[in-house]
Amino acid sequence: MAITALTGTRLRERRLALGLRQADLAGQAGISPSYLNLIEHGRRKVTPEVLARLAAALGLEAKVLAEGAGQALAEDLRTAAAGWPAAAVELDRLEEFVGRFPGWARVTAGLQARSGLLERAVEALNDRMTHDPHLSAALHELLSALTSVRATAEILAETGDLEAGLQARFHRNLHLDSERLAGGAEALVAYLDGTGGAAREQGLATPQEEVEDWLSGQGWHLAALEGGEAAALEEGIAALASSAARDLARAHVARAAEDARRLPLAAFAAALARTGPDPARLAAEFGCDVIAAMRRIALMPGAGTGFVSCDASGTLVFRKPVAGFALPRFGAACPLWPLYAALGRPMQPVRAQVQVPGPMGARFDVLAFCQPRLADGFAGPELREAAMLILPDPAPAAVGVLGIGSTCRICPRPDCAARREPTILREGM
Amino acid sequence: MAGQVLLVEDEENIAEAIRFILSRDGWQVTHLAEGQGAARRAAGLMPDVVILDHMLPGRSGLEILAELRSDPATARLPVLMLTAKGQPRDREAAERAGADHFLAKPFANSDILAAVRALATRARP
Repeated sequence: MAITALTGTRLRERRLALGLRQADLAGQAGISPSYLNLIEHGRRKVTPEVLARLAAALGLEAKVLAEGAGQALAEDLRTAAAGWPAAAVELDRLEEFVGRFPGWARVTAGLQARSGLLERAVEALNDRMTHDPHLSAALHELLSALTSVRATAEILAETGDLEAGLQARFHRNLHLDSERLAGGAEALVAYLDGTGGAAREQGLATPQEEVEDWLSGQGWHLAALEGGEAAALEEGIAALASSAARDLARAHVARAAEDARRLPLAAFAAALARTGPDPARLAAEFGCDVIAAMRRIALMPGAGTGFVSCDASGTLVFRKPVAGFALPRFGAACPLWPLYAALGRPMQPVRAQVQVPGPMGARFDVLAFCQPRLADGFAGPELREAAMLILPDPAPAAVGVLGIGSTCRICPRPDCAARREPTILREGM
Repeated sequence: MAGQVLLVEDEENIAEAIRFILSRDGWQVTHLAEGQGAARRAAGLMPDVVILDHMLPGRSGLEILAELRSDPATARLPVLMLTAKGQPRDREAAERAGADHFLAKPFANSDILAAVRALATRARP
């Protein structure tokens, strides 16, 4: 960055354009008005540090002050040209180009900047692909269909003397593979959109998502269980795509049937209306564990309450979403979730008001609790289950509100102390 | 100069296309749709070239490759790996496991023909 005699002139022009007095600008930049006056008249050299402070006060980049807007633009164009060595750009006429066609020069520089931004977005998506086993499997399926289409089409196009039977066979293969390709592409788009339906039909959903979809279709409440008719649900379970999903669904039904038996619907609804959503009180009243009461609160007919639970590794094993509170699809959630505070402090209630990121970031009251489970008695390992109720529309918090996210990769909070990996939501994404 | 090729590929339509391309060039193609037992079959056939898909049901292409390389009888069989993942780390894994050549899907028919010809020629004294 060359600081020349013109720097002072540009400084003065910019200051006057903003209607600032020398004393105002000097004050903001932390120098004396007389020193600024000398700089503006080219009678004192300005150090890069002072120039940076002056530029910041004037809302400019230091290089624009030092070199002028034209020079900065020329520098950006030089960078752009470096990416196109084969184009043999006339670098010796760069100044002339910027001078004669400043608009075109700005467009070119702008396109270069945008292309850099898009390259970073592609990098981020590529990174996402390598971390997302389902996306990777979906792309593998697409590539397989594409390979078959390409090889078969090449045979049909390039083999002049193809026997009729083989020709018909390759045409049929082509037709089937193109259908598979179209279906796969549709599923992939739905998956990336997060709409899910087609992705689930194509088997791109995880078993957990299949079960959550099925429960969501029933409004999260399995009414048949209130009358002890678990068998009535078997037809819906049998229709789930994967055997893993069917096993998960049956385990959920068994647990929900036990909740329904121990916490009868009418009595529990009356108690809930009386005490409010306090799982500890409800657990004491009905003689059940706290997490069972939390689950029952969340899965009551028409309940607008979210619920997540995790095992000791922090992996989410059940997710009932609530509008405005994004739950991660893969990997661990935001480490600031009170769910994880509870996981580290078994049998102690954790209560907090949280706020999700974004300009309209909604607030929620959350209640979290963790219980050890000794499935193999004293001899076996101690298992833990933690759960968190997510209650929308809270009353304003008396104490501080905890800023949380969904998961680091899609959380835009820039300075989060708990961040474990960079976000993909960078500049303009 | 054409000889025998063992093709281990679970995608029926891809296998059919490869079989056609190679057969027209005079190659005798034996096709297996899954990885289980592929190494044993290779040891029995002793083909001029083995074409292995990377992702197979039963046994992965890399596992079969490792089996082939660990048996002195098949250790020097020329192996062409196919994979739907054109990512460098898959290629590196295939190369480390001893693949002689690597083609990322989707490939051109001429590429697979050229690769098979080259591998067979290289293997012959």
